[in-house]
Amino acid sequence: MSNEAVLHAHATTEVHHDAHGDHHGEHHHHETFITKYVFSQDHKMIAKQFLITGMVWAVLGGLMSVLFRLQLGYPDSTFPWLEDILGKWAAGGKITPEAYYALVTTHGTVLVFFVLTAGLSGTFANFLIPLQVGARDMASPFMNMLSYWFFFAAGIVMLSSLFVETGPFSGGWTAYPPLSALGDASPGSKTGMDLWLISMALFVVSSLLGGLNYIATVLNMRTKGMSMTRLPLTIWALFFTAILGVLSFPVLFSGFILLIFDRNFGTSFYLSDIFINGVGALPNEGGSAILYQHLFWFLGHPEVYIILLPAMGMVSEILSVNSRKPIFGYMAMVGSLFAIAILAFLVWAHHMFVTGLNPFLGSIFVLLTLLIAVPSAIKVFNWLTTLWRGSIRFTPAMLFAIGFVSLFISGGLTGIWLGNSALDIHLHDTYFVVAHFHIVMGVASMFGMFAGIYHWFPKMYGKQLNNTLGYIHFWATIAGAYLIFWPMHYQGLAGMPRRYYDFSAWESFNQFGDLNRFISTVAMVVFAVQILFLFNFFHSIFKGRKLTNPNPWESNTLEWTTPINPGHGNWVGEIPEVHRWAYDYAKDGKEFIPQTTPVGADESQH
Amino acid sequence: MTMFLIIAVSVLVFLVIFQIAKASEYVAVLKGEKKSQRQDNKINGFLMVVFLVLGLIGVWYCNEIYFGKTLMAHDAASVEGARVDSMLMVTVGVTGIVFIGTQILLFWFAYKYQETDNRKPYFFAHSTKLELIWTIIPAIVLTVLVTIGLRNWFLFTGEPPQNAMVVEITGKQFGWIFRYPGKDATFGKKYFKNIDNASNTLGIIWDDQLSHDDLVLEQTMYLVKGKPVKLVIGSRDVIHDVGLVHFRMKMDAVPGIPTTLWFTPKYTTKEMKEITGNPNFAYEISCDQMCGNGHYSMKGVIEVLDQEEYDAKMVGIKPYYYTAFPDKDPSMAKPADSLKLAAKPVEAASKVIAKM
Repeated sequence: MSNEAVLHAHATTEVHHDAHGDHHGEHHHHETFITKYVFSQDHKMIAKQFLITGMVWAVLGGLMSVLFRLQLGYPDSTFPWLEDILGKWAAGGKITPEAYYALVTTHGTVLVFFVLTAGLSGTFANFLIPLQVGARDMASPFMNMLSYWFFFAAGIVMLSSLFVETGPFSGGWTAYPPLSALGDASPGSKTGMDLWLISMALFVVSSLLGGLNYIATVLNMRTKGMSMTRLPLTIWALFFTAILGVLSFPVLFSGFILLIFDRNFGTSFYLSDIFINGVGALPNEGGSAILYQHLFWFLGHPEVYIILLPAMGMVSEILSVNSRKPIFGYMAMVGSLFAIAILAFLVWAHHMFVTGLNPFLGSIFVLLTLLIAVPSAIKVFNWLTTLWRGSIRFTPAMLFAIGFVSLFISGGLTGIWLGNSALDIHLHDTYFVVAHFHIVMGVASMFGMFAGIYHWFPKMYGKQLNNTLGYIHFWATIAGAYLIFWPMHYQGLAGMPRRYYDFSAWESFNQFGDLNRFISTVAMVVFAVQILFLFNFFHSIFKGRKLTNPNPWESNTLEWTTPINPGHGNWVGEIPEVHRWAYDYAKDGKEFIPQTTPVGADESQH
Repeated sequence: MTMFLIIAVSVLVFLVIFQIAKASEYVAVLKGEKKSQRQDNKINGFLMVVFLVLGLIGVWYCNEIYFGKTLMAHDAASVEGARVDSMLMVTVGVTGIVFIGTQILLFWFAYKYQETDNRKPYFFAHSTKLELIWTIIPAIVLTVLVTIGLRNWFLFTGEPPQNAMVVEITGKQFGWIFRYPGKDATFGKKYFKNIDNASNTLGIIWDDQLSHDDLVLEQTMYLVKGKPVKLVIGSRDVIHDVGLVHFRMKMDAVPGIPTTLWFTPKYTTKEMKEITGNPNFAYEISCDQMCGNGHYSMKGVIEVLDQEEYDAKMVGIKPYYYTAFPDKDPSMAKPADSLKLAAKPVEAASKVIAKM
């Protein structure tokens, strides 16, 4: 397939445009159900597979948060139906501490990796890169398919860990040893942790296969005229995302390998001076538990941007299209993405200010961390200026894009608090952190993902989503997100530690009973609203209004030059040539000028 | 039963919403795409402003009802903590202004520039001047914040004052063990393989005579008001974290790697009870690093006393050595001869334990 795609890309360099050139890119080979829907090598189908699998995981992960919020909101109540669902994990209708910690851990792992990494960049990198750079498929469609199936396998292993007798891993998504290394320290660190590690290893493989493909495609398979500086910002963002992943996931993997050795083969990379109640002193000496944290956060921090950058890219595109106005400061947007990608690798130890890190080293990380606020500020102000004097169409995608900017501001600003180590000493591992990263990374990226889904759904399925449901979805979700996470800052300022099963025994933290109940209730309502969205999504795939206009948003980018339901190969006939950047909106009195339109003689410079 | 009721009601609400949404889609088709889009624009544009106004009121209201429940409502209980608080207020000020400003611009622009029949969007792709402004201003503001932050950071992580007392704190699943160096102001050595839950919870090497006057306590740590204290932090099993919210301090307890933190308590526990108006007030030590299923219950207490009260308290506590070797305890044999006995060479019995 890749050869063919390259051939086609070359074909576009020929000047002849015959009428019967129409058959290029059409596929004559027979496709069975299995090759079309299961082991598909079409990037569009793989994107949909990533998206729907991501949705399944989002529902499971979201449901887990509802369950543990039930415990936090109603610590004194019992819910007999919980025992029906969870069995011994909710004996007597009350979630046990083991189950609580397992739910928290799995919620974190699943949402960060399966939903916001695979579900987000897996979906949109696959879907948009070939369509927006003008390629028939990825550089290696086969690797692309493998990438999905490794992800799928990772999911199956993770799912199976929920049914292990000793329970799934329960030491927090960061899996710090020695807790994660010693089954005797926590039942969740027994078989559950082995499965967790296998699942994550499969996930790393999936992510690398995908990432290499994205990079290769962006670099090598752009259509004629599509120079790097003419790429839509979505592609730039997805490109940097892929580079971050390729450079940092192997480091995480190395950390996991050492952990596997410590767990199973008696090494002492992370273990030293340990006495476990009921077991006695362990033989391990000389390891450093902090080493794992360095390896983990060397991925863990770039991971935050792996999650956030695709959302930023899509939001830039959607804001521009629906403001009917070019994105403000294209080069500054690319530059700030680049700066964020570089800085992402240089700030990992800000997660470790209170580990006993050398204070001088800590101070360097403070400086580099707060430096990220500069490119972030550039992005925010550029988005605001893009809205300024635009002509805004409030499509559901646009609403979510605006919501993203709002959340990114709110969550980004609290990053300035936490990145400053002297304040972090106080706020570290409190609900303040929970509020911060849920707003800036969790909900904001989720909003980016929703914006992307609403915007590109017509391209994916040739149908339209129901707008009214989209509006309800947006307003309920943004209001809910703020109602849930804003007050958590106050819990954090009261010093409430995160990952506590019950606060009632604490004189310092038991004053928020009402608030916890309120947050839990809102969380359940917001979860229900997401079900509404899913209903809209799946209903519209089959019963949605058919798309009649191949370019429903009047957008400039290449994907809208394909047929309404593009086949494998995307374009009928030759791949169009690109003559301009993607943001000629409102130029010279024209509403929009697609990238494929040659530059006219009378055009003002671009 | 209520569960089923809730589910039934939610499903019903879903159906109603869905029907309305479907109906509005048909109406939109009938009315014409353009017209219904305009209407959607108007509604959502209006909601943008509503959301902005309600949101800002919500921010104010949330502060109104919850500020009093945070630690910020009272003075920090340590001298260093007061610096954290003042730095926090500066940061709130800076980020608060940016927050309100940018959110107002965002939602106001969204409302103001919604598409209407005669709006012409303005082609505005680039302005080096504007971009420089919002690169340089944040950079300058951040430099100020970094400067304040790092000055505090180096103070907090630097050496404690000369007159600081030293207390060792060790985390274990799920509780805290405290050790005082005793009269010689020096801790005896310890080795984790000596740990024995019955008589040597820290694995102290009794061969080391410096250990003989060490005091080991659980549950409550006693500190002196106005006297800086340096905590030497360790862990017996997994990573824990010494969280001292009232003192605004926190440090991980890592097995195999001792860490430290120091602060100066400003108020006795009794005084804090008055300041907070809470008769049950206690300086609680919370474990802030996930350490297992009992993480949420890993509590210790610090009691801050006046010097006299402290002295009286400590006199009554026997060195841990005597718990391990009750027969060596002078109060059991010959009272008032404790100093001599503690200085005697160590007996064979303790050597055996040390080698275990």
